[in-house]
Amino acid sequence: MPLLQAEEISVTFGGHRALVDVSVDAEEGRITGLIGPNGAGKTTCFNVLSGLQPPQGGRVIFDSQDISAVPAYKRGRLGMARTFQRIEVFGSLTVFENVLVAAEIRHRWSRGEEIDLDAECNDIIDLVGLRKVADQRVDSIPTGLSRLTELARALATKPRVILLDEPSSGLDDDESEAFGDLLLTLAKRGVAILLVEHDIDLVMQVCDRIHVLDFGTIIAVGTPVEIRKDKRVQKAYLGED
Amino acid sequence: MKDLLAFTVIGIVTGSVYAIAASGLVLTYTTSGIFNFAHGGIGMLMAFTYWEFRFHHHWPAPLALFVVVFVIAPALGALIERVLMRNLHGRSTGTSLVVTIGLMVMLMGIAQGIWPPAARPFPEFYSGHGVTIFGIFVTTHQIITIIVAGLAALIFWYLLNRTRTGVAMRAVVDDRNLAALNGVSPARVSMLSWALGSSLAALAGILIAPALNLEILNLTLLVVVAYAAAVVGKLKSLPLTFAGAMILGLLTSYLSLSWVHAEKIPGLPGALPTIMLFACLLLLPEERLRVGRITSERGPRVPSLGESLQGGILLVVGAIVVSLVLSDANLVRVGQGMALALVMLSLVVLMGYGGQISLAQMTFVGMGAFAMARFGLGGSPLGLLMAPLLAAPIGALVALPALRLQGLYLALATMAFGVAAENMLFPRAWLFGSSTRVVPRLHLFGVHFDGEKSFFVLLAIVFSLFGIGVLALRRGRFGRLVSAMRDSPAACTTLGVNLLTTRLAVFTLSAAMAGFAGAFYGGLRGSAQTNDFLMFQSLPLLLMAVIGGITTVSGALVGGLLLGLLQTQSSTGVLAGLVFLFTGAAAVSLGRNPHGVAFYISQKLEPLKDKVPWFRPEEPDEPLTEELPRIAAAAG
Amino acid sequence: MDAPVLEMKDLHAAYGRIPVLFGVDLVVPARSVVALLGPNGAGKTTTLRVACGQHVPTSGCLHVAGKHVNGAGADDLARAGVCTIPEGRGIFANLTVDENLTMMTYTGASIADVRERAFGRFPRLFERREQLAGTMSGGEQQMLALARALATEPALLLLDEISMGLAPLIVAELYEAVRNIAADGVAILLTEQYARTALEVADYAAVMTQGRVRQMGEPADIASELSGAYLGSHGEAKRSRGAKQ
Repeated sequence: MPLLQAEEISVTFGGHRALVDVSVDAEEGRITGLIGPNGAGKTTCFNVLSGLQPPQGGRVIFDSQDISAVPAYKRGRLGMARTFQRIEVFGSLTVFENVLVAAEIRHRWSRGEEIDLDAECNDIIDLVGLRKVADQRVDSIPTGLSRLTELARALATKPRVILLDEPSSGLDDDESEAFGDLLLTLAKRGVAILLVEHDIDLVMQVCDRIHVLDFGTIIAVGTPVEIRKDKRVQKAYLGED
Repeated sequence: MKDLLAFTVIGIVTGSVYAIAASGLVLTYTTSGIFNFAHGGIGMLMAFTYWEFRFHHHWPAPLALFVVVFVIAPALGALIERVLMRNLHGRSTGTSLVVTIGLMVMLMGIAQGIWPPAARPFPEFYSGHGVTIFGIFVTTHQIITIIVAGLAALIFWYLLNRTRTGVAMRAVVDDRNLAALNGVSPARVSMLSWALGSSLAALAGILIAPALNLEILNLTLLVVVAYAAAVVGKLKSLPLTFAGAMILGLLTSYLSLSWVHAEKIPGLPGALPTIMLFACLLLLPEERLRVGRITSERGPRVPSLGESLQGGILLVVGAIVVSLVLSDANLVRVGQGMALALVMLSLVVLMGYGGQISLAQMTFVGMGAFAMARFGLGGSPLGLLMAPLLAAPIGALVALPALRLQGLYLALATMAFGVAAENMLFPRAWLFGSSTRVVPRLHLFGVHFDGEKSFFVLLAIVFSLFGIGVLALRRGRFGRLVSAMRDSPAACTTLGVNLLTTRLAVFTLSAAMAGFAGAFYGGLRGSAQTNDFLMFQSLPLLLMAVIGGITTVSGALVGGLLLGLLQTQSSTGVLAGLVFLFTGAAAVSLGRNPHGVAFYISQKLEPLKDKVPWFRPEEPDEPLTEELPRIAAAAG
Repeated sequence: MDAPVLEMKDLHAAYGRIPVLFGVDLVVPARSVVALLGPNGAGKTTTLRVACGQHVPTSGCLHVAGKHVNGAGADDLARAGVCTIPEGRGIFANLTVDENLTMMTYTGASIADVRERAFGRFPRLFERREQLAGTMSGGEQQMLALARALATEPALLLLDEISMGLAPLIVAELYEAVRNIAADGVAILLTEQYARTALEVADYAAVMTQGRVRQMGEPADIASELSGAYLGSHGEAKRSRGAKQ
């Protein structure tokens, strides 16, 4: 049973069908890719999963529970975290504070015993590789590092599933490679990762399974090797032969 | 029955004026995306201009009307668009609010400067003439008003649907970028719509001036009525806006019917538009969270505890020196500024940290002053305790329904609340009634702060403590959370933050702080009455806080002192006008700098920092790599 | 040979703090069709937005017909003869078809000419002229959008993924119109999800990845490289990321 499942979700924007009966899922300890051409509906799908976009049809299942009617902030408390394609960092706070505020938020609603949140956040900062800029305000650091800050912040909520929306854009080749390793590390720790990414090399290398979205419908699901060979996927990306 | 018919006619006439005003507002909002708080101000200024031509220089009415409505008003509108509004496109709602409110205050200043308060007879068109229909006397002015509104609606419809320019205007509303790709200049279309909107404001102002006695504030606040009508059409639909205006006109008129017994709820007629506005806002669907905003304005660094302690001690020492040097009369003036600075600290928390807008802060101040007057007899600290306790629940009350909405709608809701409070809450006998309450000054630990010198030093101490507290709050958990919420509500939600409760907490805290400050504000003045706490007085407060720097404690101090000095220096009409003018102009020009004068000064003093050990201005962090482009995408 | 209709030199662009173009070099020669290809997020749409004046580049040169036009507004360029059909929705949804055609007269054409050319090429639009454009089918909306390119006789036409979300038959019809426009000597720069469709009409093709033009040449030379750009390198992973279980 996958940890997070979208079952036949549909979203319509004023007549335009953005998602039509889309089903995706993410398993613990696995990295699941969600790819597709521009405008295929990937970000909309993420918005539905995280509760920012109410779907017209379908269900969202988390840990065997139907969470379709659960508001976004409660989904966050259930252990669902995400990043954004257009970065949503807390620009007026430092990198460390960005992570700390997330840890504090989690600590407040989880009503856990008093623990050393600072140490915990420092661990995450080191894991993600933000030590050098930890005390910089986020609105003064480069994009790639802002994206990593978003990821670090998400990790501070101790998520069970994490949705990453184009996390590697703005990273150079070396950073991108380190980022891939980081994803594998997280997966090994048992986190379910759902990855929207346009760097196809990265997707093909780290993902266990890939969903391909085109015109709001899933046209293929499979391993990277299967996806690369799939005629429909090639057509979606390249057009009729 | 005859009553009903008569009041229906009056209601339709009033509704017609409202419709004219509201449609102009909707027009500018839809084509430029900027909600024009100064709409009523434009109408006011044009009504005065008309009076000047018509009754002072005795021009014939048609000529005066033509010159004002078709020449001066459109020129003014186009000028405003070109100089102010064009630069605001794509900027945050908060910025454009401050700029249009600044413009409104500025227009009032101009009017007050040119036309100092005096009786100015402003007769209706064809005064005394009229016809009797179904036994009801309808004046020619009333008939003209209805016809003009009808004509305006028809012309509008024709323009928008049957002319190429009108099609272009609608196209700009539909998709501004695509209109440009078609070769249309969206800026010119905006200019045209501001010119038209300005004409309509002028028309409404002139038609309603006889009923409002050509009074600056009343005419300017015509804008509140226009908002209420426009909100019925969700600030978009012209037909619904017309309907809203008519309903409002009729309701206002029917309140005068003897069998409605409106007198049982005092203040209801004045508060009616705001009640309707509030009701409409409640019916609006909750605003969807937006993602993809890019803000890259780098703000001031937050001072450490040590730094803020130093600053606080410095301020108190400075205040003691000042209190020894200045005369009592002058101390009251500076003290007024210090008290206002204390009020502005509540705005720093609410707007600077939390990114929420309130146009009703003086209402909370009023509650605090009342609490001190009622419970602080003999300078009892109980009054001080009750001040935030009274203000906070009222803050929560206004915030609770309004917080689902953001930006513009929240601002409108708080404004509506402020107007309702000055009409229906404060005039209650158990509150201020129609009299003036004596507000005592604090007696604490056997110390009486009755003298001007001691009270001034007390104010400085309280401001320092609150400033240190506010900065500690900002550095702590709650401050981080609130800043995070301002920077990205969407991200906060996904982290597990319930935005509604957090916003409610900030709003309530801010109201409590304003209430607490109110106890001192009232104490400084020694008395308090309804007229001290009008919604309108919240506007200069907000503007000056922005000018000083809404994101910093030092900004609140600078803003408060500036506003205090301006207010106390201006008892006469012309001077008051200049004060308004200055405040408005400064707010307008500062629309581009969200961190205000204090931040600017501290940047200029930066080189001194190393030489003067205790002077540590709030400074921006150095960028890590490149100089980043400044873009603030639309936020609310 | 004439000066190229469009020339970009080392063009950089960013959205706020997010850089998107990292030095784009691109030339659209007179009377030729250039296809701009590449995967999602490569910067194709941004390149077009810069070309039509909607997005101000951070640095680099933008020349239209030999003139330096950095900073010219979209409406200025439109009146100068750059016709842009943006991605997704190139029409005013809340205006009728007739009113949409009225908007096309702002670049100088008379309404009679606009109607004649639009209805002549796409008779279906005539039947729908009183209808709100947003209520038409996706294909009809795109025809209406493309009608602007026909009606305004531009010097340069920028097309951003006109086939997006449309059935193959409609795509064929649209590209037939594009061919006709090209045959009239209009220079065209187009981006396309369906690379093969685009390559059929293109004289040259440019491949973009990660904010740069990596390759430009004849369609035949480009076609073989495409699959790699879109679907990642063939065969084994380039980078050693260890075996995955």
